[in-house]
Amino acid sequence: MKKKYLSIPYALWSLIFSIAPIIIIMVYSFCKRSPYGRIVYEFTLDNYRSFMEPIYLNVLWRSIILAAISTMICLLISYPMAMIIARSSLKRRNVLIMLFVVPLWTNFLLRTYAWMVLLRDQGIINQFLIGLGVIDKPLGFLYNAGAVVLGMVYNFLPFMVLPIYSVLVKIDDSLIEAAQDLGATSREVFMKVIFPLSIPGVVSGLIMVFMPAVSTFVISDLLGGGQTILLGNLIQNQFLFARNWQFGSAISMIMMVLILIGMAISNKYQDEEGGGLW
Amino acid sequence: MVKRIIKRLYAFLVYLFLYLPIFLLIIYSFNDSKYRGKWNGFTLRWYKALFSDQTVAQALYNTFAIAILAAIISTIIGTISAIAIHKMSPRWRSIFMNVTYLPVMNPDIVIGISLLALFVALKIRLGFITLLLAHITFNIPYVILAVLPKLRQLNPYLEEAALDLGATPMQAFFKVILPEIMPGVITGALLAFTLSLDDFMVSFFTTGSGVNTLSIKVYSMTKTGVTPKINALSTLLFIGVLGLLLLLQKREKTN
Repeated sequence: MKKKYLSIPYALWSLIFSIAPIIIIMVYSFCKRSPYGRIVYEFTLDNYRSFMEPIYLNVLWRSIILAAISTMICLLISYPMAMIIARSSLKRRNVLIMLFVVPLWTNFLLRTYAWMVLLRDQGIINQFLIGLGVIDKPLGFLYNAGAVVLGMVYNFLPFMVLPIYSVLVKIDDSLIEAAQDLGATSREVFMKVIFPLSIPGVVSGLIMVFMPAVSTFVISDLLGGGQTILLGNLIQNQFLFARNWQFGSAISMIMMVLILIGMAISNKYQDEEGGGLW
Repeated sequence: MVKRIIKRLYAFLVYLFLYLPIFLLIIYSFNDSKYRGKWNGFTLRWYKALFSDQTVAQALYNTFAIAILAAIISTIIGTISAIAIHKMSPRWRSIFMNVTYLPVMNPDIVIGISLLALFVALKIRLGFITLLLAHITFNIPYVILAVLPKLRQLNPYLEEAALDLGATPMQAFFKVILPEIMPGVITGALLAFTLSLDDFMVSFFTTGSGVNTLSIKVYSMTKTGVTPKINALSTLLFIGVLGLLLLLQKREKTN
């Protein structure tokens, strides 16, 4: 039975709303800017060239570093956690995993805002420390790079735990038993059996944390308080305030390329069954 | 034994990290003090203030209207497309799958600004309609990805059998295929609904002045003087989500 016509609505929809917008951004990124900020359709590399200035390269570097640090912290926290959950009884396993999904369903702005409340000078952590007499004036937890990293780890932690868990739980117990029978120590079992088998999940987790972390503007906006400018903040700024869409488009293109490279590298480590989130 | 205690403690600390901020927001929503940090006694006045706030009610309405409409439309388009993709030749299928992965892989902020650029270029006024179009766009791929595995599990002769027995293609679809792939369709619809409900990035760039969703409202509240109203709002949302999850769990068990 011919069903080709069924693909027409989706083909049209994708062309208009997925592909065309990216082409528009790509074209804008090579366009000139009139003195009043209008888009002039003349080819130029100026937008990319101005990104090469030290201030912007610093932003790029900071975005990558902060996202990488957050991703690594997430991995360090998540791996043992995923192991603990995967080794629990079936009934408890579901509850423990559910507890990681529930925060994902609550608005992430609210969760980030909750940290603002906790970390501010009159916030509970400072009050607690002052009450204990450890410090006599509030420590400035908020509005620095550390707070941004904390916010990223907090928000994206489930994205690391879930894929690692989903591969760990599928590992055949007989493989582990076989290794033990053959005289492997628990350290060897982990290094030579469990960890290699869990790599697809780890790779999914790395992408799922790094990608939103490198492109966020909300976390840096709220917890970084405008002190920690990331690529996302730069893009938002160019589109909404500076009205320099050409430059904003160029930054977006650079970010897309960055992420595509990451994807390409990670694809090498993933098989078909790779540990997806769902 | 020691190992077990360490494991328990570790898990406890991770969950504490995850839930402490949420619980504190809930506690503060009942605090009779405008300044957080001090407990001044129990009150419900922030809830009263929340319910009398027209802009919050409007944002709540927009959020749900868009999430429901976007979920329905993207489920219909997504299911039809999944069937079409399933029947394609491998070459076309891989082209369509790449296009499908595009919005999934692209950072939200790029989806947001590129749609903004599109809507401005087409001179469509930013507002409810553009929000809806944007949400449908990022929802469709998730519906397709939820429905496709079910189609692969489907016995290919079922449809032929129905057609041989005299069913019209329409009847064969609604009476044979759809019931079989229904679990995937429902998963896709729920996924689309929750993605819409929680979205901030794409909504932020594709909405026009005056049309708020809850996320955008929360963002603007964190910018302009924060009132404990926002704590009350988060508490209600959290309890709502928890209720919904428990309901889903129960449904799964009875099935």
